[in-house]
Amino acid sequence: MMPITETHDLHKRRLGRNVGVALSLVAFAAIVFGLTVAKIRQGASMEAYDHTPRVSVTPPVESGQ
Amino acid sequence: MTDLTTNTSVDAAEGEARFGDYVALLKPRVMSLVVFTALVGLLVAPVRIDPMIGFTAILFIALGGGASGALNMWYDADIDRVMRRTSKRPVPAGRVEAGEALSLGLWLSAISVAMLGLATNWLAAGLLAFTIFFYAVIYTMWLKRATPQNIVIGGAAGAFPPMIGWVAATGSISLEAILMFGLIFMWTPPHFWALALFMKSDYHEAKVPMLTVTHGRAETRRQILIYTVLLVPVALGLGFTSVAGPAYLAAAIVLNAIFLKGAWEIWRRDEETAQADGYATEKRVFRFSLYYLFLHFGALLVDAGLRAGGIA
Repeated sequence: MMPITETHDLHKRRLGRNVGVALSLVAFAAIVFGLTVAKIRQGASMEAYDHTPRVSVTPPVESGQ
Repeated sequence: MTDLTTNTSVDAAEGEARFGDYVALLKPRVMSLVVFTALVGLLVAPVRIDPMIGFTAILFIALGGGASGALNMWYDADIDRVMRRTSKRPVPAGRVEAGEALSLGLWLSAISVAMLGLATNWLAAGLLAFTIFFYAVIYTMWLKRATPQNIVIGGAAGAFPPMIGWVAATGSISLEAILMFGLIFMWTPPHFWALALFMKSDYHEAKVPMLTVTHGRAETRRQILIYTVLLVPVALGLGFTSVAGPAYLAAAIVLNAIFLKGAWEIWRRDEETAQADGYATEKRVFRFSLYYLFLHFGALLVDAGLRAGGIA
C-alpha cells in the first residue's frame, strides 16, 4: 500500500481543532483543581460521598443516652 | 472519514471547521463586554472574594454568554445567511453544521451554569441560566422577529453580567446590582439605534423588524432621545449608592451631559441634513456611546480602588 504523505489543509484544520480541544480540556481540569484548592483553603464543607460519615445526614445524638 | 480524504478537493477543506470557527460561535466581541462588566460587578461588591473563585466566576459567566451566542447562531442561521454582515458566520458559511452549534451552545450552557453554581452560589448560577434562556429563547426565538422593540428586550440579556458578578460575590441582589443592570439596559437602545441610522443594513430582506424600517428614521431619532433621557437618572442614581464615589459621580455628570447633548442633536436633525454630512453626528454619538459605558464601569473600578486604598 502506498503511504499517504501529502498533508492537506484539511489535516491542518483537523489538527488545529484537536489541539484546541485538548488545550481546553487541560485548562478545564486545571480550573477545577485550582477551584478545589481555593475552596479547601477557605474551609468550605468537604463532605464526601464515600467511606466517611456525612455530618449532614447523620441523625443527631440525643444527650443522656 | 479515512485518510483517503487527502485527495479530496479544496471544497471539502472549505467545509472543514477550524477551532477558531467554534470560538467565533461564542461571539468573542460580545464576550469581552460581558467579561468587563461582570468583573466590575464582582470587584465593586463589598465582599472580598478569593482570586481563583473570582476568576472562575468571570470565566464561566463569559462562557455562559458565549453559549447563548452559539444558540443564537444556531437559530438565526436562516437570517444570517440573508444579511451581508452575518453571512460569513460559521453556520451560514457552511463551516459548522447548525446541529453542532446547538450542541455546543447547550453543553456550554450546562457546564457554565453548573460551574458558576459550584464556584460561587446558586442564585448567581440561576441568574446566568435565566440570562441564557432569555437571550436564546425570549429574544432570539421569539421577540427578535416579532417586534421592533427587539433591541430593548435583547439589551436586558447584555445587562445581566454585572448583576451576576455582584451576586457571585455577595449572594444577593441589591439596589446597586439593579442599577448596574439598568445602566446597560437603558444604554443599549440609543447605542444601537444610533448605529442603525447610519449603517446600511439588510434586516428588511431578512424580515427582522427594525425600528428604522417599521416606524421610520424620524421616530428612531425620537426614541434615541427618549431612552437617553431615561438613562440619565439611572446612571446618576448609581452614583449615590455604596459602589460609587467621587470618580464615578464626576464621570457620570460629564458623560451624561455629553450623551444627552448628542441624543438631542440626533433628534433635531432630519435625514437630508444627516445625509449631507455623511451621518457625522450619528457616527460621533455611536462612538461616544462605547466610551460612555466603558468609562462608567471604569469609574466604578477607580472608586473601588480608592476605597480599598482608604482614600475615599
